Amino acid sequence: MPGRRQLAYGSVVASVRLDSISKSFDGVVAVDAVSLDILDHDFMILLGPSGCGKSTLLRIISGLEEPTGGDVYIGDTCVTQLEPKERDVAMVFQSYALYPHKTVQANIEFPLKVRGIAPKERAAQAQAAAESLGLTEYLQRKPGQLSGGQRQRVALARAIVRQPAVFCMDEPLSNLDAKLRGETRAELVALHTRLASTFVYVTHDQVEAMTMGTRVAVMSRGTLEQVGTPAEVYARPASVFVAQFIGTPPMNILPAGLIEPGEMLVGVRPEHVQIASDSSVRASVAIVEQLGHETLVHCRVGETRVVIRQSAEDHAPAVGDDIGIVIPPSARHRFDPRTTRRIDDGHPGGGAQ
Amino acid sequence: MKRRESGLAALLLAPSLVVLGVFVLYPLGRAVMLGRQRCDPSGTRCRTNGWHQYVDVFRSREFQQAFGVTVRFAMMTVPIGLALGVGLAVLVDKQLRGMAVFRTIFSSTVATSVAVASLMWFFLLEPSVGLLADWIGGTAKNPGLLRSEDTALWAVAVSSIWANLGFTFIVVTAGLQSIPADLYESAHADGAGGWTRFTNITLPMVGPTLLFASVVLTGRALQSYGEFDLLTGGGPNGSTTSLTYLIYGTNSVIKADRGLQSAVAVLLFVVLLVVSLLQIRGVEKRVHYGD
Repeated sequence: MPGRRQLAYGSVVASVRLDSISKSFDGVVAVDAVSLDILDHDFMILLGPSGCGKSTLLRIISGLEEPTGGDVYIGDTCVTQLEPKERDVAMVFQSYALYPHKTVQANIEFPLKVRGIAPKERAAQAQAAAESLGLTEYLQRKPGQLSGGQRQRVALARAIVRQPAVFCMDEPLSNLDAKLRGETRAELVALHTRLASTFVYVTHDQVEAMTMGTRVAVMSRGTLEQVGTPAEVYARPASVFVAQFIGTPPMNILPAGLIEPGEMLVGVRPEHVQIASDSSVRASVAIVEQLGHETLVHCRVGETRVVIRQSAEDHAPAVGDDIGIVIPPSARHRFDPRTTRRIDDGHPGGGAQ
Repeated sequence: MKRRESGLAALLLAPSLVVLGVFVLYPLGRAVMLGRQRCDPSGTRCRTNGWHQYVDVFRSREFQQAFGVTVRFAMMTVPIGLALGVGLAVLVDKQLRGMAVFRTIFSSTVATSVAVASLMWFFLLEPSVGLLADWIGGTAKNPGLLRSEDTALWAVAVSSIWANLGFTFIVVTAGLQSIPADLYESAHADGAGGWTRFTNITLPMVGPTLLFASVVLTGRALQSYGEFDLLTGGGPNGSTTSLTYLIYGTNSVIKADRGLQSAVAVLLFVVLLVVSLLQIRGVEKRVHYGD
């Protein structure tokens, strides 16, 4: 195809550093002194429940929102006072924010047009970006004539055509159906590898966080709970909040003294709870959920609810059964009951995975 | 079964057909027939003059002059009124404290009747007492903007623009508020400045609203009567005799002739029909309606 050229994706290299960023709206604190290092080529996930401040943090990185305190650095440059266009950051919105009156091609070209790039040049770049996302045949359509997944790709194409140093994405998959979401997750990971640039990705969906992120920053109430790889965050949650936010069903938290002597809360993943008839810890089965590939057994140990995850092949107890449960010491996570933070006591925790 | 359904349809449509027939179709047909008649100066004894009276009226100097006045009046009021309405609406389309006050002020002319607006402008422009006449001076003082052939139509146009501004402002404001905020944010993140956002997002997105406002404003301009009657009475020297004033005005040369009046009215109806169709056909292709 004449006039087409390969884009030099990944030519820009950028890390993002947040230095005690705060943001409040009319006195309500949305982000509270968050410091975070996002490395070059990171696929950083900002994960947390709605209202935890993750989207605000992303908007501060992209320059759409100005922090009330702290500084943002991209590379070595302090960009806190810079306009979005001076930051080399592209944003993908949850709603895609496509211009409904422009064709797909004009949508993708728009960031280049704003930068004053000549029509021929920007058409070529837009076509290359569209081709890399399989959009070539839709270039002359309007967004209203596309499916949700195609619109989402157009939004991505509009972001990559700028070849920005940093991609900011605000829940870009939440408007897709479950099947498409699964496919697009894999495509985003492939895109990240191909572009070799820095992604900052906001989501409340732990599956997206676990499957796509190179690192995950878990947020709650405007503060960072934990930053680490998905495996770390799952295996060694830094707080009761992280332990219960990540993992489905969430980690069981048992009150002090139930399983072992001492003052500490004990956490255990459902898959690490074993059923043993001769155990002294007794539980009564309340609900049994057959999910096909696995079985979830909800039971009560005294006043405490405990969920056990079993393989479908295992013999499942019946509702009302009295069973014994065992929690191997290596699978125990210990938390301070006052601060709810993790206590590292030599036990690796989650070592049974 | 088909027949029963169409019978039911006719029954259900009957009430609105009756209303439409009595208040629209019959008067229209009657006006078309009246347009063929010619009456004596006392306006009583009328006789049929045939269909060619329409041609005669259309070719007459009076009709041509009034037609020219009407078209010029529309070409003054519609574009300027639209531009001002969009400008004001964009100015106050911000989430700032105190904007509600300006919104109220800018929309207030909707609640002002043509008579009140015209009287107000009459007193502002009246050379002996008018504030505006004092400020502007020159022609405004002697003979007065409403009394000079060169300025009278513009003066009436200004009052009409002012009176219609509230309507345009409200309609465009509603159009602006239906534009999703993330479109602007996305453009902002892509580096678009204020003017680029206005031309690339605001204008195309309020396109349907502007089309609607322009059709309504054009219709109003072509049918304006109160302003002309109260401000200038069609003068001086016919320079503000619009088609409606020619039909109905007290100083009109055909004020006693119901036949000629009807002929002009029917011709005005045809003009309005053609103009509206042209506007909708011409602009619709370039207007974007939602998804």
